[in-house]
Amino acid sequence: MTAPAPRTTSCPNCGASIRFLWAQAVQTTCAYCRAVLVRNDLDLALVGKQAIFPETGSPIQIGTEGRWNGTRFTVVGRLAYGWERGRWNEWYCRLISGESAWLSDAQLEYAMSVETAPSGPLPTPFSVTVGDSYVWNDHAYDVSTVTRAQYLGTEGELPFTSFTRDECVFVDLQNDAGQMATVDFSDAPATLYLGEYCDFAALEFTGLREFEGW
Amino acid sequence: MTSVSLDAAPPRPRAASLSCPSCGAGIALHAQGWAVSVVCESCGSVLDATDSMLRILQRHEEAVSVRPRLPLGTRGTWKGISWELIGFQVVTITVDGTDYSWSEYVAFNPYHGFWYLSEYQGHWTVIEKLRRRPREEFGGNRPTATLDGREYKHFQTSLARTTAALGEFPWQLQVGDTVAARDYVAPPFILSAESTDGETTWSLGTYTPPEVIAKAFGGTTPMITPIGVFANQPNPHVHTAGRVLRTLGLLLALMVAMLVGNVMMSRGETVFTNRYAFAHGTEDSAAFVTPVFALTGRPTSVVVEIDSDADNDWVYFDFTLINETTGIATEFSKQIEYYYGRDSDGSWTEGSRTGRVRVSSIPAGRYFLRVAPVGGETSRGGVNYSLRVRRDVPSYLFYGLALVVLLLPALLALLPKAAFEQRRWAESDYGSETGTVSSGDEGDDE
Repeated sequence: MTAPAPRTTSCPNCGASIRFLWAQAVQTTCAYCRAVLVRNDLDLALVGKQAIFPETGSPIQIGTEGRWNGTRFTVVGRLAYGWERGRWNEWYCRLISGESAWLSDAQLEYAMSVETAPSGPLPTPFSVTVGDSYVWNDHAYDVSTVTRAQYLGTEGELPFTSFTRDECVFVDLQNDAGQMATVDFSDAPATLYLGEYCDFAALEFTGLREFEGW
Repeated sequence: MTSVSLDAAPPRPRAASLSCPSCGAGIALHAQGWAVSVVCESCGSVLDATDSMLRILQRHEEAVSVRPRLPLGTRGTWKGISWELIGFQVVTITVDGTDYSWSEYVAFNPYHGFWYLSEYQGHWTVIEKLRRRPREEFGGNRPTATLDGREYKHFQTSLARTTAALGEFPWQLQVGDTVAARDYVAPPFILSAESTDGETTWSLGTYTPPEVIAKAFGGTTPMITPIGVFANQPNPHVHTAGRVLRTLGLLLALMVAMLVGNVMMSRGETVFTNRYAFAHGTEDSAAFVTPVFALTGRPTSVVVEIDSDADNDWVYFDFTLINETTGIATEFSKQIEYYYGRDSDGSWTEGSRTGRVRVSSIPAGRYFLRVAPVGGETSRGGVNYSLRVRRDVPSYLFYGLALVVLLLPALLALLPKAAFEQRRWAESDYGSETGTVSSGDEGDDE
């Protein structure tokens, strides 16, 4: 029998309390001192310190809850990216079904996606052209953008531990049914995420950030 | 124990206050984090909104002269959501050497993101960026685009350039930038594809009457009355035409039902029949009255049928249908003539030995018929004939007349709709073509 994973511990760097929203988190960032912490069984190991990365203006924050396709989810972590036309976040979400998903907020256009084993060939970053078509899981997608982005930082709990990458290439695809796909070339082999664009209201968010005057 | 990582961030300030590095004027960033370019409202310089120092991308030397009809900073409520106008640009296209300019506003809500408003000569369109791709088809003489099962007709392809700008934009904007735009319309909707550097962005616009914009963005800004017909302006006559067509359809259906009912219910029964002979030259004594016959049921038509053996001869009949009880008389007449012969072209005939005359709406009662035959060829002896009086025979003439009466105003009512479409398409890439008038029933969703 495995011991239940601790939900609360303290930062080995500054001693601040760290509470895990997700019991299986392997990595988190201390919200107080911005130490990047990797969880190894019961201990937290300090692996680096992160600069405060710029605001993105997102109404999403760690702890925001929402509903996607009838399933409640909690935002537990965040990856921030920058590119030539600004910044966006990939929010790591834990669904109450036990699965995980990513909520993207680029230009406040929200998309939910899940990592999916590709059922067909993936584009390669050097041969892909806008307009190319790919079919995964019986749905066709057209390449809409190829984005070179810089990794800006993390916040909260994430399902992986390595953040040595500086520049990453993303290929975004869309179709006429509002579905989207992202191919992330940060790791080899590339990772495919399939999902859909979502209306802000449809995601039934609670615990959003407040904006003065709105 | 407090949970640090759960502490919510404090409310974001309303706007980040910065200064223009070109002229020093204050710049408030409302869509901080999302705005990519910001144009100083004082000096018109284009600044990099993603840079904390607001790096100058494009210096503008003259004072800003463009004044949006709706001032930047205006808040409005649209579909229950509050929006603030944070950006404004003037977009210009050149067609046949003439410049046409329209205004575009960027509206922002920190939760819902961005949408856009465009105005051309008082015509307003509310625009949302599309996250799905319409299907474009370039076959045929006019391309189409299909989205959500609706087909859009190609209206115009143009090079649109930004000729003035103010405020914040969620994309890299520079004055003088050009995009290739393809517009497809299915009023009140317009689909636009804007392409730059091989990347295509689609948006969906909805024509919105100025009074709706005025209400949504309140304020005291006077709205101008729209000039001309805009690409995706709904045809105001569609509803008239639709109503007329629906009414017409209803009346036609009613007519057919009446006709069917009339034919089915008509008994066509013979109420009186007899044979007579008329000797020419006996007019003074030939008039007679028939025995009394009964007409029953609802008031219907009465038909008198004459079947004669006229042989190169004619007879004129004066009839009077008289109600035995009330004495009310209905007069009518019929001439029978039948001639035949042979000439150089062969044999010929003219006229008919039989005749039929109808009187309508005769109420039930006991009637008799006064018959007065006159005339005829004196060279012939006379004519034998039979009279048959029939009750309740369907009439088709009424239906023919009714059809004409119904169709004429319907055709007249459809003309304004066609004229409106002509004016719409005159502004498109297909303006000089003939036969571009859309005859579809688009937008007929009343």
